[in-house]
Parts: sequence; structure tokens; C-alpha cells
Amino acid sequence: MQKAIKNKSFWARLKLDVVNNPLLYIMIAPVIGYVALFCYGPMYGIVLAFLNYRIKDGIFGSEWVGFANFERFIRSFNFLKLMENTLAISVLSLIVGFFVPIGFALMLNYVTSRQLKKTVQMVSYAPHFISVVVICGMLQIIFASNGPVNAVIMLLGFDKIDFLAEASMFRPLYVGSGVWQGMGWSSIIYISALSGVDYQIHEAAIIDGATKLQRIRHIDIPSIKSTIIMLLILAIGGLMGVGFDKAYLLQNDLNLETSEVLSTYVYKMGMIKSDYSFSTAVGLFNTVINLILIVSANYISKKLADESLF
Amino acid sequence: MQKVIVENRIRQSRQDRIFDAINLALMILLLFIFIWPLWFVLIASFSDPMRVLNGEVLIWPVSFNLSAYKELIRRGDIWLSYLNSIFYTVAGTALNMVFTVCAAYPLSRKNFVIRNFVMTFFLITMYFSGGLIPLYVLLRGLHLIDSRLCLILGGAISVYNMLIVRNYFMNSIPNALREASMLDGANSAQDLIHVVLPLSKPVLAVVTLYYAVGHWNDYYSALVYITSPEKYPLQLVLRDILSNVTVSSESASTIEEKVRLAQTLKYSSIIAAMIPVLMLYPVIQKHFVKGVMIGAVKG
Repeated sequence: MQKAIKNKSFWARLKLDVVNNPLLYIMIAPVIGYVALFCYGPMYGIVLAFLNYRIKDGIFGSEWVGFANFERFIRSFNFLKLMENTLAISVLSLIVGFFVPIGFALMLNYVTSRQLKKTVQMVSYAPHFISVVVICGMLQIIFASNGPVNAVIMLLGFDKIDFLAEASMFRPLYVGSGVWQGMGWSSIIYISALSGVDYQIHEAAIIDGATKLQRIRHIDIPSIKSTIIMLLILAIGGLMGVGFDKAYLLQNDLNLETSEVLSTYVYKMGMIKSDYSFSTAVGLFNTVINLILIVSANYISKKLADESLF
Repeated sequence: MQKVIVENRIRQSRQDRIFDAINLALMILLLFIFIWPLWFVLIASFSDPMRVLNGEVLIWPVSFNLSAYKELIRRGDIWLSYLNSIFYTVAGTALNMVFTVCAAYPLSRKNFVIRNFVMTFFLITMYFSGGLIPLYVLLRGLHLIDSRLCLILGGAISVYNMLIVRNYFMNSIPNALREASMLDGANSAQDLIHVVLPLSKPVLAVVTLYYAVGHWNDYYSALVYITSPEKYPLQLVLRDILSNVTVSSESASTIEEKVRLAQTLKYSSIIAAMIPVLMLYPVIQKHFVKGVMIGAVKG
């Protein structure tokens, strides 16, 4: 019976399944329709990047310019600056934002008081649920030139720092607030992985006289290695995707030098200057680099560690 | 229990005692770093704004008063946007959940013929998209720009959340149970309504929370697609207040008073925006770890 079904052609099996389980198809049809329209529909709009698009001409009436928009972007005076800013923020966020949660999970695992462990854990998740607008508002209040942080700095006898207007302070603020917001949440997965480690291994190590640092190094880290690699691939894939929201909200004329990233540039060129074709080209450039990054990260990890996403 | 016995039986080395001390100090420091910024906004909202501006408020409210909240209540635009946000969140999340279950359930059935095809179809959208302008042009073509519907339809399904639900359907519901109901003659609808959904309450709760928080905190889609102020969600109004764009208050007489009120409003509006999320937080917090772990299972 099973074999008979398997031998039939795809269309015959599909027909049989639709007749037997019509509900499944009725359920998923609207979702497929939605994804086709709202996720694949815009992909067609990518042709805008190769046109000199004007609203009154429409897509079909606009002039085909090939790669001219990409050339214009790569030759533009701020291309290198944009790439540098985007990469600097994302590499910093990746390094700090990726390893801090691992360290946090490893240390939390050795907290002796259960009560403290639970409290720290619960409190550390909370910032994950705060909106970007509120985070940026809080940064602007707390790091204001006469805000509480500067009050403490001056109390200690140092000169106050204008965190928000200083271009060199944008990256630390961006990355630091990202870590504050994300470390608890990102650590959840490592904490669960660590709690799954067989305690007998630890017992054996304790009896052999291993210190806690040695146990972290020789038991904990090897046992969460595969989790770390998986998440690292994911993180590398998102390398060029510096979020629009936070960069845009923390941006001002004084720190533009370091705060202008690809996503804010795409927004400004597209929505404010209405240069649709150029903005689409810059966005596409960003997406393609991302795609290359994730595919190569996946490939490398498959070769080196035998772990992959797809 | 076992853990405690072993750790106590063997005397800790000096290195371990130092390690424990450093660890304890670190955790207390972290606790402070996580709590203080939120605490600061709360005490600032109850303090005299001028003294906050002078850096006098650090740990405890100074000259306690409620002017920040009085100003908040006076602002009609905040309340309107609050209602808008509630509407977008409730309607958007409801649609999200319907779409998510409708996609997750068929995809969780191993004998669903077009399963692999549809999975690939969905997964591609996680890594590749048209981008800002193509989506904008499409929505304009559909006459959805500056429409409330746009914020609800905009992200009607998150493939990532759908995969969490699907993985739960596949791995956490005992197969024997579903086979038993099938043998008793249950069709797909009965299987879904009487077996799968009641057993999936934890994951449905977590995913609902993810979606709801996403809608509540969303500011980007409104910034791009909404132009009429009466349709603004809370986050967009909040941004204006926080970036000092609007320093207008009819109740203020002098410029100094205006600055003062604009400043107070920042603290109280942040508190108002966080209240719904923080209220839900303790209720649903215990499901979090489960949700993240289910999501981590490969699709």
C-alpha cells in the first residue's frame, strides 16, 4: 500500500492528498498567497535598481540603465565611509555581542545561590522587550551632557564627555546598549545547553581536583561548542544587517561621520530624496553581500566543524 | 541534591573561593547595570525635572512630584496613539496567529505532499527580500500607504515564529496520541482543534507574546508607511517627544516652563510605553526558555 503510493507520480499523489486532506490545502493557501504577494512581489521590484525609475513613467516606461546605479554608488564619495561604518558597527557588535552572553552563561552556571541565579536571569531578559525608541530615549537621557552618567564622571574628578554629540562615542554607545539589551536573552540558549551537561563528568573532574576555571575550560566549553558554532554562523549571516532603527534614532548632525550606515542611507535616499532606483540598488547591494556572507559562513563551518544550517 | 553533596564533601581550593567571590561581585554588578537605567527613568519621572537636569537625581527621587504624569494625561495625542497601538497590536497579533497556525499545521504533517516545496518557499524569504523601496512601491500600488490596514498586513507572518510552532507540533506532541485519534476517525480539523492546539498552549503563548511585543514596539513600519498623525502608533509619538521635536504645551506660560514640561514628559511617557510589556512579563516569563529552545531545533 505504502509502496504503491510512493510509486505514483507527484501530481497523482498531490491529487490524492488534496482529496483526502482538503483542509490542509485550504489552510495553507492564503498564507502562500500572502507570502507570494508581500515577500516575492517586492522581489520583482528589484528591477528598479537597473532602471532610471520615475513615478510618472512607471516600471515599464522607465529607461533601462543596467548597472549605472551600482556604479554611481560605488564611485560616490561616501561609499567607503558607509562601508566602514556599517562593518565597524557590525563587527564590533558581533565580537562583543556574541561572546559576552557565552561568558555570562558560563559564569551564571557557577553561581552558588539559587535565589541570586534566578533573579539575575529573570532581570537580564527584561531589556530584550523594551522598544528601540525607548532604549534610544533612555540613552539620550542617561548619557546627556548633564545627565547622571556625566554627573558621576564629574564627581570622580574627570571632564564630562558629550556622548551623544561626539562621533567617536557613537560606536561604543551603539554596541554597549546592544549588549545591555541582548545579553540576557542570547544567553538563554547557552544556559539550557549547560544545564544539559551530564553532572557525572563534573563530579569526576572535582574528584580529580579540577578548579572551577578548569571545569569551564575542559567540560563546559567543549559541551556547548556545537551550539556556539551554529549561532556564530547565524550571526555572521546578519553581519551587514546593521539595524536601521537604532542607528537612525541615535543619529544627529554631529555624529553623522560614524552613524551613517547602509540601512539609514537607503532610507534617506529612498524615502526622503525619493531617488527610488538608487536606493533600491544600495539595498540590493547590501542584501547580496549578506547572502554571500551567510552562504560562505555555512560552507566554512560545514567543512571545519561539520555543522550547518542548510 | 547530588550536586550539593559532592561540592560540600570536597573542600574547595583557594582558587575556587577566589572564583566564587569574583563571580558573586560580577553578578551583583550586572544586576545593578540591568536595573539601574530602568530605575533611573522611574525616579526621574517622580522628581523635579530641573534637578534631574542638574544631575542631582541618581538613586532616589528628589523633590517628589507628579507633574510628569499630569502633563502626560493632558496630552491628547499620546492617548490617541496609545489606542492606535493597542488596535495594531491586538488586530495584528490575531492575524499573525491565524496565519502562523494555518501554515505550521500542514507543514508539521509528514505526509503533506507539497511540504518540502512550501518549506523552501518560506525559508527563502528569511534570507532574501526585495528591500525597502520595492515593498513601498508595491504597497502604494495596493493603496495601502497611510492606511491602518498596512500596519496589520505588513508583517502578517514571521517565518521564524512559524517554524517554532511547527517544530513544537512535530516534536512535542506525542505521536501516539495523534495516531489514536486518527484511528478513531478524526479528520484534520478535529485533530487540530481537539488534539494539537490544546496540547500546544505553551508555544502558542510564547509566540503570541513575540508577535505582540513586536507590534507594540514597532516604529519602523509606521515611520515609512504612515503619514497622518491621527494614525500614528505610540512609538512614533514617543520618538517625537524624546527627540524634543514637539515642545508645545498649552499649559506652559514661559519658555523655561515649556522646557521643563517637555523634559518631564520624556520620563513619564517612557514609563507609560513600558507598562503593558512589563505587566505581561512576569505572567509569561516562565515560558520563555521553552520558546527559545524550541526555536533552536533545526527546521
